[in-house]
Amino acid sequence: MYKLTIEDHAYACQPDETVLETLLREEINIPYACKKGTCHSCMVRSLDALPPEAAQAGLKNTLKKQNYFLACLCRPEQDMIIKLPDQSEFYTEGKVVANEMLNRNTLLLIIAFKDAFEFNAGQYVNLQRPDGLTRSYSIANTPKESNTVEFHIRRLPNGRFSEWLHDEIKVGDSIAVSEPRGHCFYLPERRDQGILLVGTGTGLAPLAGHSGPIYLFHGSREVEDLYRIDEMRQLSKEHENFHYIPCISGHHVPEEFSCGRVNEVALASLNDLKGWRVFLCGHPEMVNQMKKMTFLKGAASADIYADAFLSTPA
Amino acid sequence: MSTSLYERIGGEPAVNAAVDIFYRKVLNDNRINRFFDNVDMEKQAAKQKAFLTMAFGGPHNYTGEDMRKGHAHLVKMGLDDSHFDAVVENLGATLEELNVPQEQIAEVVAICETTRNDVLGR
Repeated sequence: MYKLTIEDHAYACQPDETVLETLLREEINIPYACKKGTCHSCMVRSLDALPPEAAQAGLKNTLKKQNYFLACLCRPEQDMIIKLPDQSEFYTEGKVVANEMLNRNTLLLIIAFKDAFEFNAGQYVNLQRPDGLTRSYSIANTPKESNTVEFHIRRLPNGRFSEWLHDEIKVGDSIAVSEPRGHCFYLPERRDQGILLVGTGTGLAPLAGHSGPIYLFHGSREVEDLYRIDEMRQLSKEHENFHYIPCISGHHVPEEFSCGRVNEVALASLNDLKGWRVFLCGHPEMVNQMKKMTFLKGAASADIYADAFLSTPA
Repeated sequence: MSTSLYERIGGEPAVNAAVDIFYRKVLNDNRINRFFDNVDMEKQAAKQKAFLTMAFGGPHNYTGEDMRKGHAHLVKMGLDDSHFDAVVENLGATLEELNVPQEQIAEVVAICETTRNDVLGR
């Protein structure tokens, strides 16, 4: 008989029980539906033990790596500490060590922590203001670099949180940062696979060591809203398999930029995405439409990773 | 000889092999893809998987009532027998592509038929 721990409570998982059965018997409030591993409603996360392989059947690799598993398929093989989906988040205080403008309305914010901050490139965190106001932002640096996380923060008209970060936060201030979240990140496997990255926002995964073609399409309406253009161009000069295509959807398209919406340019450039891995981030409509279109062009649904940036109404 | 259709057809791995092929066919089919215009791809893929599991005679918890409720908004949009037939046709073509024997395909189609009246809200 194994012990299941959730927050401060321990529950005994009987020998013939799944984790879901134990939690339901103990009247823990957990979402579930099919109890067969199909619907993924009862997905939870192990905070210590590696979940049994059978309990991760059918999950995306990035979820498996973070020890997510299906409670309905899990017959524990040892004691486990479990985190439920709606359990409250743990915040760490970080200190602002840099804030400068990347372009006319995007702020580069770097926050440093006392201890190592572990994440996968492509994940996001929640930032919290002292009054409790909370917003999600993608992490924009790679995990190798020290104890810092970097954010690219666009000023939104009447955006309470982005205005606070742009106008009031200074170097030396403290900010509460949640643990890293999200499943849209790169795992170093199948390295000869083609990779398509389409973003109207930001965030580039660490793809060193990947031998297949990598296409980054980065778009905005005007050239003034793109950034790190020279850095990406330099990268594409240094790596034969990396292709950088900045796209402008507005009227004034300078030379060496592609004309049109980033999703349309990307789809017109690549005919067959069979066997490709796809990462999408940015405007929710673009992301949703591209999920479907890249799938129809042959990418497997398990190979499509997406983060839609939702802005919270003021 | 009493092995179930689900086992004979190959169980969950068979569902996984079929789901992308099937869903891609459905989204490309102009007779029916308007019913899928505003759905989230990931949620829809999970639903398609549950549907295929059921159609293959596998474990599921669907009741006729679930089928009615789940498709009621589509019936309002005009879902009728012709659309139901198109989905079944795409499923059959998917299984042919995966070299599933004809008599097993017939069994799958027969299972789908048992849901027709509930899906169409009759």
